[in-house]
Amino acid sequence: MIASISPASSKWKNWLLGAQIVGAAAFFSLPQFGLGAYWLDVLNAVGISAILALSLNIILGHAGMFHMGHAAFFAVGAYTTAILNTRLEWPIFATMPFAGMAAGIFAVAVASPIIHLRGDYLLMVTIGIVEIVRIALINNVFGLTGGSNGIIGIARPVLFGFRIARPQHFFCLIWGFAALSMLLFYWLEHSRYGRALKYIKEDSVAAEGMGVNTDRYKLSAFVIGAVWAGFVGTIYASKMRTISPGSFSFWESVVLFMIVILGGSGNQKGVLLGAFLVSGLPELFRGLQNYRMLVFGAALVLMMIFRPQGLLPPKTRNYTLPEPLAGKFP
Amino acid sequence: MEVFIQQLTNGLAVGGIYALIALGYTMVYGILKLINFAHGELFALGAYLGFTLLVSVGLTGYFGTGAAILITVVMVMGLSALAGYLLERVAYRPLRKSDRLSAVVSALGASIFFQNAIMLIWDARYRAYPADLLPNVTLSFAGQDIPLIRVVVLATSVVIMLLLYFFINRTRMGMAIRASAIDQGAAKLMGIDVRRVIAIVFLIGPALGGLAGVMVGVYYGQINFNMGQLYGLKAFTAAIIGGIGNIHGAMIGGLLLGLVEAFGAAYISLAWRDAITFCVLIVILVVRPTGILRERVAEKL
Amino acid sequence: MIILSLKTLVKSFGGLVAVAGVSFDVERGDVVGLIGPNGAGKTTVFNLITGALRPDGGDIFFDGHRIDRGKPHQIVKLGLARTFQTIRLFAGMSVLENVLSGYHCRMGSGIVSSLLRLPHQRREERVALTRAMEELEFVGLADVWRAKAGGLPYGDQRRLEIARALATEPKFMVLDEPAGGMNDQETYELRGLIGRIRKRDITIMLIEHDIGFVMKVCSKLVVIENGAIIAEGVPEEIQRDPKVIEAYLGVDD
Repeated sequence: MIASISPASSKWKNWLLGAQIVGAAAFFSLPQFGLGAYWLDVLNAVGISAILALSLNIILGHAGMFHMGHAAFFAVGAYTTAILNTRLEWPIFATMPFAGMAAGIFAVAVASPIIHLRGDYLLMVTIGIVEIVRIALINNVFGLTGGSNGIIGIARPVLFGFRIARPQHFFCLIWGFAALSMLLFYWLEHSRYGRALKYIKEDSVAAEGMGVNTDRYKLSAFVIGAVWAGFVGTIYASKMRTISPGSFSFWESVVLFMIVILGGSGNQKGVLLGAFLVSGLPELFRGLQNYRMLVFGAALVLMMIFRPQGLLPPKTRNYTLPEPLAGKFP
Repeated sequence: MEVFIQQLTNGLAVGGIYALIALGYTMVYGILKLINFAHGELFALGAYLGFTLLVSVGLTGYFGTGAAILITVVMVMGLSALAGYLLERVAYRPLRKSDRLSAVVSALGASIFFQNAIMLIWDARYRAYPADLLPNVTLSFAGQDIPLIRVVVLATSVVIMLLLYFFINRTRMGMAIRASAIDQGAAKLMGIDVRRVIAIVFLIGPALGGLAGVMVGVYYGQINFNMGQLYGLKAFTAAIIGGIGNIHGAMIGGLLLGLVEAFGAAYISLAWRDAITFCVLIVILVVRPTGILRERVAEKL
Repeated sequence: MIILSLKTLVKSFGGLVAVAGVSFDVERGDVVGLIGPNGAGKTTVFNLITGALRPDGGDIFFDGHRIDRGKPHQIVKLGLARTFQTIRLFAGMSVLENVLSGYHCRMGSGIVSSLLRLPHQRREERVALTRAMEELEFVGLADVWRAKAGGLPYGDQRRLEIARALATEPKFMVLDEPAGGMNDQETYELRGLIGRIRKRDITIMLIEHDIGFVMKVCSKLVVIENGAIIAEGVPEEIQRDPKVIEAYLGVDD
């Protein structure tokens, strides 16, 4: 029951950390080793899914709220960037904070009334929201979204005078942002805030009874997830240059939901693994592309029966007590 | 007045179809407290099985039109019931003891599986039902011409609902279903075989859903592999309107939603029709999750 | 000095009146026992005090604040902590994390300082760990701080609930059947623990069915039956009160 930390295991941990760093470095140098544009594009798509899933993980994995409308926040971000860029000719990176903000405000508006709902009802309502957003986009709401054809001619992002256009550029942008997101979310998870979300997931009545403002935390989890999805929307819009309602369908949300649940909700590594499995793996078996969702549907059922916590479930958080307590209570 | 009468009858016909699907959601929810996400796909499966029997097999060529439709309906209901039974056996029964949300995810997985299976078997394009199944005649009602098909669809769902009503209220099995919905533990103690009740519910619900699938095919003339998702969400809305778990509520909720949609499409906007439905779903779940019929119940702390 | 004051509290569920005009005051430093037969409305009174339920009528004052419209987390922050009748620990989390949940409301870092791991946030975490370990030492669970809460023996889980409530730095604690399911040795230790909590200037109110325990631990008793108070006073008086003997003690023996 009580994990002991022996010198041998800490050495092993250092090795593991080293291997991870080397792995990450090797991953980031992939474009240098002449990985083709096709595979870079695949990795870019995986990266977009991964960041979206990491942001969904805060809502679904940490706070335990069954949210299946994440594509709606992603869409709000992408359309905000597209509109500001094509109508007002703002540079892409200047639109990014506004894309995040728009998605965040939208999240406050739609999530505040529904955060009290039970898991399965919440799921249904969030599906409804993503559909309403899609219908609104198709119907060219406010005359800004361009109907079912969407918005075309979105500019490329420019960073300090450098125009990001080629797949390897996007690779660095997307995976750099993914790495940054993982670091920030790791810190968030390992804080008072992350703990509060876990208390809510375990037992929200007890959490409230211990002084956690459960409503505020649930809502703020939605807002953080939405803001991040909005940021990803900016990157996505500038990468695709054309966005349309079809890119933000119910199925986009389902895929993100599956990544988190299959990979291991609440664990970043699990979510990353999930992103590679769900959005990356099918590219290796192109002939079986059509069977992709069939297989993942069946996988969800089997997973719930045999391993409901996901492939890589979260580990219990390890605390280091400050001295002199650490010596007193090993 | 013309628009009103047309939309009234159209809304009731479509609402009857929603009600038939909603009954499947509500019966399963009543017993298992589980939203059977895959139910909409069983409905779509029914529509495609009907397509295969009527078009690919060409039952109308062997029998008269009336007999062919009857045989199709009976076979589709039987096969959908079988699919429902298998679904319960494979995806839900192993999870009876685990936490509720695992079952919800499993249901979602099953729904994804079914939808893609349908797409792989029958292809992603629209499929057309025979256009000449029913004579193209109209009936006169309140000075308006109402297509016969609309009347047939509405009449069928009303008859089926009446049959179900009597089954639930007048038979021993119906009583067992109602008892299990109120308190499974107590029902067990009273000697009710709850496992059998669950099996029955998973036979009746999908059978009604499959029937609704055929009705949509006949009514609209064409079907699509992802229709189960949209109809499923709408029928779930109907079940929620009537108070999920409440069988009479599902019937009323279905008809009501059909009317809301028909009038919303006519007097507000056709393009926003589905969005209106989803708004209804959200508002009811937020404001009155027990539906419009049921009393609010206090949650035990 | 009166720390908690209930004034004609009323609460009903559907047609059933669970609490019908309950009024009483709690003096600072007391250990008050709320007793009565099953279904008398004891836990409902607790849920009203802690904000888990809203009263249909009446007021509750705590330490100069009116709390009958407050949410549970606000009431905890004012210094009123609780334990649950059915143990509600965060079973999948460690003993330490459970106690940290109590200290949560005494911390201030928000989303931004957590996302960016700012220095004051890290300082605050160290303070929180120290405070949590102090409470674990206080109840005697410091050695198992890494263990999963759900894996602890029953009596230890009860004590962990108390440590978690103590970590909210309360002035007042409500304990819902703290000795429920404990053996004699554990109940004896619990009496000692309650005495030590009282020495920290924390007022206690508890529901308990074990009459022997209540008589030994409490300085004052409130007896309710059918949602109304039938007697109130020091244990010796209550023991002799004919109404109480008829309604409660008589049945128990």
